[in-house]
Parts: sequence; C-alpha cells; structure tokens
Amino acid sequence: MSDPSTAPAADPEKAPSSADAAAAPLVVLDGVGVRMGSTQILRDVNLEIGPGEVVGLFGANGAGKTTALRLIATLIRPAQGAGTVLGADLASPDRYDVRRRIGMVGHVPGLFPELTLAENLQYAGRVAGVPTVRVPEALAAVGLSGAADRLAGASSHGMQRRTEFARELMIDRSLLLLDEPHSALDRNAVDLVEGLIERKAAEGGAVIVVSHDRDRINAIAHRSVELAGGTLT
Amino acid sequence: MTAGFWHQVRAVIDRDLLRERRSGDVLWITIPFGALALLLVPLAVGTDAELLREIGVGMYWVIVMLFGVLVAVGKASKETIPQQDASSLLGLDPAAGFIGRTVSSAILLLAFEVVVGVVAVGLYNLDVLGPAWLILTMIIAAIGLALLGTLTASIVNSTSAGTALVPLLVAPLSVPLLLGATQAYDGLRYGHAIVSWVLLMVAVATVVAMIGVLTARPLQES
Repeated sequence: MSDPSTAPAADPEKAPSSADAAAAPLVVLDGVGVRMGSTQILRDVNLEIGPGEVVGLFGANGAGKTTALRLIATLIRPAQGAGTVLGADLASPDRYDVRRRIGMVGHVPGLFPELTLAENLQYAGRVAGVPTVRVPEALAAVGLSGAADRLAGASSHGMQRRTEFARELMIDRSLLLLDEPHSALDRNAVDLVEGLIERKAAEGGAVIVVSHDRDRINAIAHRSVELAGGTLT
Repeated sequence: MTAGFWHQVRAVIDRDLLRERRSGDVLWITIPFGALALLLVPLAVGTDAELLREIGVGMYWVIVMLFGVLVAVGKASKETIPQQDASSLLGLDPAAGFIGRTVSSAILLLAFEVVVGVVAVGLYNLDVLGPAWLILTMIIAAIGLALLGTLTASIVNSTSAGTALVPLLVAPLSVPLLLGATQAYDGLRYGHAIVSWVLLMVAVATVVAMIGVLTARPLQES
C-alpha cells in the first residue's frame, strides 16, 4: 500500500506553504483498522495530513468513507493500529478534548427538525461556548438571513446543509470533515463551500472532502486518496 | 473554549422543551391517552365509588409509571446519529446531556402527573391529603422516572438489543418508585409515617442519577 502522506500534491500551486508543511501533522493514522460487529470496515489505513492541506477522499459506495470520517472525528475508536488527531491519541480520553475543534458536515444533516435554522445555530453556539450574536452573521454568510425563522424540518436539504456550513463558520475549527459537500447545493452555495475550504486551509487548518465528483474535488484539493475495500490506495 | 457544564445542561433543557412545544407529543398524545386509561378502569371494575376510591391512587401511579417511562425513553432516544455526532463535536459533555434530557423529561412528566392527577381526583373522588407531601412525592416520582427513562434510552441506544430491553431495565427499578408513591399517599390517608417511603424514592432516584452520570460517557462512546 502506498503511503499517501508522501504522495505529491495534485497541483504544485495549491500545495501548502513550506511553513505549514513543516508543522506537526493534524491527522496521523498508522495501520488503523475499524470493525463494526463482525465486519471489518477499514483495514491498515495509513494517512498523514498537515496544516493547510485539503485532501480529497474518494471511494465507491460502502468503501468506508463515512466510517473514515467518523474515525478522524474521534467519534469511533480504531480496533487496530494507532493514530492521533490534533495531537490527541485516538484510543485515549484525550480525544474528547479536541472534538470541539473538529467540524463535520455529513451527507445526512444533524439539525433538530423542530427547531428553526437560527435556533439550531443558537443551540450549537450555547453548547460550544460561542456567542450567539454570531448567528445572524453566520446565516447571512450562507445566504439564509431570510430563512432564519424557518423550521429545519420544513427546510430543503440544501438549506439544512447551508445551515450546517453556517455552524462551521461560527465555530473556530482546526479540522473540517465534509461528506459530499456539493450535493443538494446550488451554484452560490457551492462557491461558498469552496470559499470556506480555501479559508480553512489558508488559516492553517486541514480539510478532508469526501466526494464522488473527482473533477470538482481535484480542482480544490492538494492531493487525493482513494478507499477501496476498506484500505487506502 | 467549550461552554461550562451547567451552561450546556441549560442549553439541552431549552432545546428539548422547545422541541416538545413544537411537536406536542406529551401535550396532545400522552396526556389524553393517560386520562383515557384512567377512564377505562371504571369500565372494568364497575362504578362502585368506594372501590374506585380505594384503588384510585394505585391506578393513578401505575398509569404515571407506564406512560412516564414511555415519555422519558421516547424523548431520550429521539436523537439520530447525525444529531448525536453534531452535539459531540460541539463539545457537549455526555453527563451534561444526560442531566439536561432528564430535567426536560421531568418537567414534562410533572405536567403529565398534574393533569392526569386532576382527572383521577375528579373521576375517583380522591381526597387531596397533605398537599405539600403530595407535591413533593410527585416531583420526586417525576425526577426518578425521568432518570430511569433517560438511562434506559442511553443503554438501548448503545446496544444492538433495541427496545426489547426497555421492560427488563425499567421494571425492577420502577417498582420502588411506585411502592414509595402509593405508600406515601396511604400514609397520609391512615396517619402513618411517610418519610421512609419518600426517602426510598429519593434513594432510588439518587442511585439512578449516579449511574446515569457516571456511565454517560462510556455509553455514548460504545
């Protein structure tokens, strides 16, 4: 298996700065495996992502992409191997302390349908310790100022996803994990998401983008890796 | 920087009460069904006023226990995995989540107890004895049931056994609550000491609260 950390950037002009590259990696996976019951979802995964990097993650349905994102988000523990995310060991309780710095937008929105879009963000801000005065600004940034009082359950999939991106704008994250970020979004929203990715990388954070749209991701990612049969290639 | 523990608890309480206000699950479904269940008892045992007075308090608490646990389990298991993931990544302390869900369920259960209690008093011609003790008993029962339901939902969510586990987990621990509540009322009616029964309920609620807080993180991570 190739070591993705040594893979060249897809486009030298997009490569992270040398200062970023010299800094400690934000994600290190070393021979990591994940089991769900009796099924081995991921096996012998090796990956290193440094500050300022945008990495595309491809793979067929069922290849383990979402599991890989949840693993990097510290939401599941590896069954084999070792790894660190934002310096926290994936197998130790230290990982709880870094969760607040990891943002994830999955392909199924995690909003509460009985709350309005603004109330969802207010809840997120209150739990994360972010002033809720940032909510209108975040909603405006994703073009949802006029829909702030709309129930999440009565909003389109695209609006719910925009709200989740607004949440990630509100909260200071070091690592962004995006699962099919372009799906259900119109052109304006796609530009906004790509702007968010570029901004996060420029700030020295890292972004992992799962997608089936290789052309679009290759245009914004520094490099790409592929999951096949639970293993990175 | 993450919000303080009690700030997170408050955020979860507000969230859950707002969700209930919008969905109306307890107000429009559980309370009417609870009242209906009380109405069915006279159909089964006849309209013997003395008998209904005798069994009325017991029936009231049985219905509160059954519906109460359903409410608490339902509320606590309503979160989807993406919602749970989002809360985890906001830095929500699982213990704060447990306490917040418990408090919001307890508030709803107290409302359920009051409304169904008014129906029971009217229907079974029950005497409202020692109002202060009765209110205390109702509050402790609501907290105990909310704790039990929230803990059960956490366990069910973390295992593959599903809701089949609910009766097995709930039945043994709800019995002391049911016993304490009914015996406390009988104590008021016949002039017996009731402190020991109230303390039994407090002890059960305390034990379940400690288990819930201490196991919140392991259950979430499993």
